[in-house]
Amino acid sequence: MQAAHGTTFDGTGAEPPPHGLARLLGRNIFRFIFTIRGLGAFALITLGVMLAKWRSSGQLMRPAIREQIKRSGLTLLPMILFLSAALGFLVIGQAVSWLTRLGAINYLGSIMVLAVVRELGPLLAAFLVLARVGAANVIELGTARATGEVEALEALGIDPVHYLVAPRVVGMAVGVFALTVYLIIGALLSGYLWAFLQDVPLRPGAYLQQLAGALSGLDFALLGIKTLAFGFMVAIITCYHGLAQPLRLEQVPRATIQAVAQSVIACVLIDTVFIIIYLTV
Amino acid sequence: MTPHPEPDSTPPVILMRGVSVPSQRDSSLIVAESIDWTVRQGESWVVAGLQGSGKTDFLMMTAGLIQPCAGTYEFLGCRMPIFEADRLQERLRMGMVFETGQLLHHLTVGENIALPLRYHHNLGPAEAARQLAPLVEMLELGPWLGSAPGTLGKGWQRRVGLARALALRPEVLVLDNPLGGLDPTHSRWWLALLAELSRGHPWLDGRPMTLVFTVADLRPWNGSGHHFAVLQGRRFIPLGSWASLEGQDEPALRELLATSHPAGKDLK
Repeated sequence: MQAAHGTTFDGTGAEPPPHGLARLLGRNIFRFIFTIRGLGAFALITLGVMLAKWRSSGQLMRPAIREQIKRSGLTLLPMILFLSAALGFLVIGQAVSWLTRLGAINYLGSIMVLAVVRELGPLLAAFLVLARVGAANVIELGTARATGEVEALEALGIDPVHYLVAPRVVGMAVGVFALTVYLIIGALLSGYLWAFLQDVPLRPGAYLQQLAGALSGLDFALLGIKTLAFGFMVAIITCYHGLAQPLRLEQVPRATIQAVAQSVIACVLIDTVFIIIYLTV
Repeated sequence: MTPHPEPDSTPPVILMRGVSVPSQRDSSLIVAESIDWTVRQGESWVVAGLQGSGKTDFLMMTAGLIQPCAGTYEFLGCRMPIFEADRLQERLRMGMVFETGQLLHHLTVGENIALPLRYHHNLGPAEAARQLAPLVEMLELGPWLGSAPGTLGKGWQRRVGLARALALRPEVLVLDNPLGGLDPTHSRWWLALLAELSRGHPWLDGRPMTLVFTVADLRPWNGSGHHFAVLQGRRFIPLGSWASLEGQDEPALRELLATSHPAGKDLK
């Protein structure tokens, strides 16, 4: 291909680099802005529908919500217990050797609170729910959209956001919160077990005192808000990519990949906001 | 049976003036334009068109699932589409049967049929099943209530879609190609049932139902008492009764009949 300024390029039809790069950057920025706008609108619509219809069709919706809580919470419990054991071993295993060298073993509980309670616990639980349920959400809803099931709901006067999205939002928010609690408890217990096996001179009472000393009321409040925000965001992003735009069947895998990537980014951004809150309060 | 008002004394069920229909797949594409059409209560309309003529898009627009890109469309005096919550009662007066059933695959057949009743009337599964038992029996769907929709053939899936659409006893039913791909036994069953719905079915307390359905083959409707229209080349042409088709010199109709009636014998 002969470029306008006389340079020969690779024949792939690509534009000259400066313009091509600018165009690519511009396109991605616009795409990002449109996605943010779409997600924001979808989140507001979902919240509006949940508030307006939270009591309607209870005999149908209550079992649907219970099913989603079971799907995003209870069925993931074995995996969360495995992760909690691994997380406790991992954090304590790394921390013990350094703290022993520094003679600062009294800070073991503080490190567990900083690493597990505030950061890794909520993030791991959110990523697990995203991987096991969020990705399935996009595939289910995207397939329903592509095969006309959403039009069928509309033809029956059933609000797809109320029937398909609201139970998932509640289920994933509650699921991430509950799993985080179990993950933290499991990691704190397995952490002590690992310290005990490494002959760390730390009695259970002293370990609990360290934990209690490192925890504040704000930790509990922020943990609740953060995990609910993670669950809400993962549900909104995965439902948005599955449901909020016309899809053909062959576009479902791409929508799934986009939804998972954006959910990870959203969780990290939410986490960053909470880090700032922790550091400033 | 309660007495029914004279057809002409009531406002039209469907009133379209200058309506243009966009394609569902590409909204910049117009599949039909300048549609002037009036459907009165109790009438039954057959909209014929070849494959790709835009029948499904037209029907989706009629059902309020696609917004017309020009003109005005009023359903029972309400400007379509009517998705607002305060228009729900008007919306539920129309049912739609999709060609492939469009069943929800995460639900069983029974749950699909009961879904609108459970959602709009807030019923438990047992009560919904009790109320729908006559409908299920009438449509011969009893053996499949616990089955997944994907295990049923296309014809039966469409029948489940019909049961779901009739569950709320709508006054108007739109059907997308109800006889498409069916064997003669299923076709006869559908023809008989549609005729009965049009006359007044016990499930609807004997009230004649207003029907609109698309077809790609006119032969099964030979001599029926329906009104006919043709959708061809972005034009919607209301033609009248079967008898009146004989005198029509509409090229679109001739093309359609040349396909569905090899020698034009059924019209003679």
